[in-house]
Amino acid sequence: MQKKVIFRGTLLPIALLAPQLVVTVVFFFWPAGQAVYQSMLREDAFGLSSEFVGLENFREVLADPSWVHAALNTLVFSGCVAGLALGLALFLAVQADKSLRGATVYRSLLIWPYAVAPAVAAVLWLFLFQPQIGLIGRGLNAIGIPWDYRLNGTHAMILVIVAAAWKQLAYNFIFFLAGLQSIPASVLEAAAIDGARPARRFWTIIFPLLSPTTFFLLVVNLTYAFFETFGVIHALTGGGPAKATETLIYKVYIDGVENLNLGSSSAQSVILMVLVVLLTAFQFRAVEKKVHY
Amino acid sequence: MEAPPLIRDDALLRATRRRRLVSRVVAHAALILGVLIVAFPIWMTLVGSTHDSGTIGRGEVPLLPGTHAVENYATAWGKGGGVMRTTPASLMLWNSLLMAVLIAVGKIAISILSAYAVVFFRFPGRMAAFWAIFITLMLPVEVRIIPTFQVIVDLNLGNTWAGLVIPLIASATATLLFRQFFLTIPDEFVEAAKIDGAGPLRFLKDVVLPLSLTNIAALFVILFIYGWNQYLWPLLIINDRSMETIVVGLSKMIGRGDSQNDWNTIMATAVLALLPPVLVVALMQRWFVRGLTETEK
Repeated sequence: MQKKVIFRGTLLPIALLAPQLVVTVVFFFWPAGQAVYQSMLREDAFGLSSEFVGLENFREVLADPSWVHAALNTLVFSGCVAGLALGLALFLAVQADKSLRGATVYRSLLIWPYAVAPAVAAVLWLFLFQPQIGLIGRGLNAIGIPWDYRLNGTHAMILVIVAAAWKQLAYNFIFFLAGLQSIPASVLEAAAIDGARPARRFWTIIFPLLSPTTFFLLVVNLTYAFFETFGVIHALTGGGPAKATETLIYKVYIDGVENLNLGSSSAQSVILMVLVVLLTAFQFRAVEKKVHY
Repeated sequence: MEAPPLIRDDALLRATRRRRLVSRVVAHAALILGVLIVAFPIWMTLVGSTHDSGTIGRGEVPLLPGTHAVENYATAWGKGGGVMRTTPASLMLWNSLLMAVLIAVGKIAISILSAYAVVFFRFPGRMAAFWAIFITLMLPVEVRIIPTFQVIVDLNLGNTWAGLVIPLIASATATLLFRQFFLTIPDEFVEAAKIDGAGPLRFLKDVVLPLSLTNIAALFVILFIYGWNQYLWPLLIINDRSMETIVVGLSKMIGRGDSQNDWNTIMATAVLALLPPVLVVALMQRWFVRGLTETEK
């Protein structure tokens, strides 16, 4: 799409574009290129020299059991976060979409966790589930469940999933509600007159009509679980115990910043970039589908 | 054809009414439960911020607020606390505010300028520039974190506001949003401006910017929250305590989550850390929902 009437000039628009282009090139294209370049280098133990090793780093990363472990963790973690946050949000949005007294109040009360930072969400949930001081953590121990997320990997995983999903619930709720409200009432009334019960109306009409929203949210939730939840994991478990909650992005951080293994860390970054590009491509496919709907 | 007996209609009506009532009760119950789940962690944090550290450390936090609110918040605000003896919350709040506002304003400013150039001019390299910006949509800062950090080190921008803010302000979403909006500005406006002798900068300042105000407001809310909640980037770039932001500072205070800690001060700091962005969402709800649903298209 283009405008028919425009201003003339070449220098002025280039000057207007310059700030964004400079920032993009210096902090985006240059580092992304560096990541690809460094992913093919290996430094010696003292960081004095480096040699070109081609795809060797990638081969090693993919064959490394700890990377595979982190990949599996990421899969479990993001699957659970997306499933939990999407399922609950859809359920609540369907309820809030009914013509109820006080519907707007419920809506206001459900959307604000969006504003809470992932790391702050981690602190809130830690205060509930800490085994000695947390209300729920103590309660679980009192009824005979030996809960300690600092020792038990499964407990740690449950806790980071709950904290991450809690924060994302609000976002999904807003989009599901907007999607539900855009479904024409006449379609649902027609189905009701034909004798379709509410449950049937939901699965045969509402759910299919919502599928573009659901698909879009699925991609957003997976991206969120892959990257933005770094704060939750860093604040809550530090990837532990025994790497039980170490996700791929957390491993990039640990290997790059703490172990200073740049070659491996860069190779991992490049793998993540490919992953995000694939996810985004999927998302665009979904958006196109929405247009043809 | 014979009309169905009246009595059956009544039964049907009653059944429908009953079903509606049940559906409403279920909805209210589910929503109240949802609100409680959402609010409970915050409530307990508020409660925790009003007791002394002894009560919390012994695991005796009740469900209702205590009497130590004033001293806890005073300590958090003026001195800070926790195993790592961090920075006072007042300073960290100021740092977070500065970071969030600089990121939001910076993103909006460079996005408006570049979208204006792409929409209202035709020049060589226009589409190439647009695609170069567009492609950044694909890679969040977390993915290229280490090489971006190296660029900052090479440019000597570690521990500076420029190093903290500038890498985060390149934003394809904001540029796309403004481009979309600018395309809806009627051609007649541009023609009228040209006839009146207004140049492109005058047109930007007197026509395009005033028309964009609602978009700017909606975007500002989203970007302010995005900026305030930054974690990994400040964690890497800032190791000078006087520049610590409150989200990172809070997570440093809790250490590894041991029960012996200044939990009262920590909970007060947590409340202070989540209050500003939550207030922004609560007070500007209309802008917020609009900004959210529009930037994500």
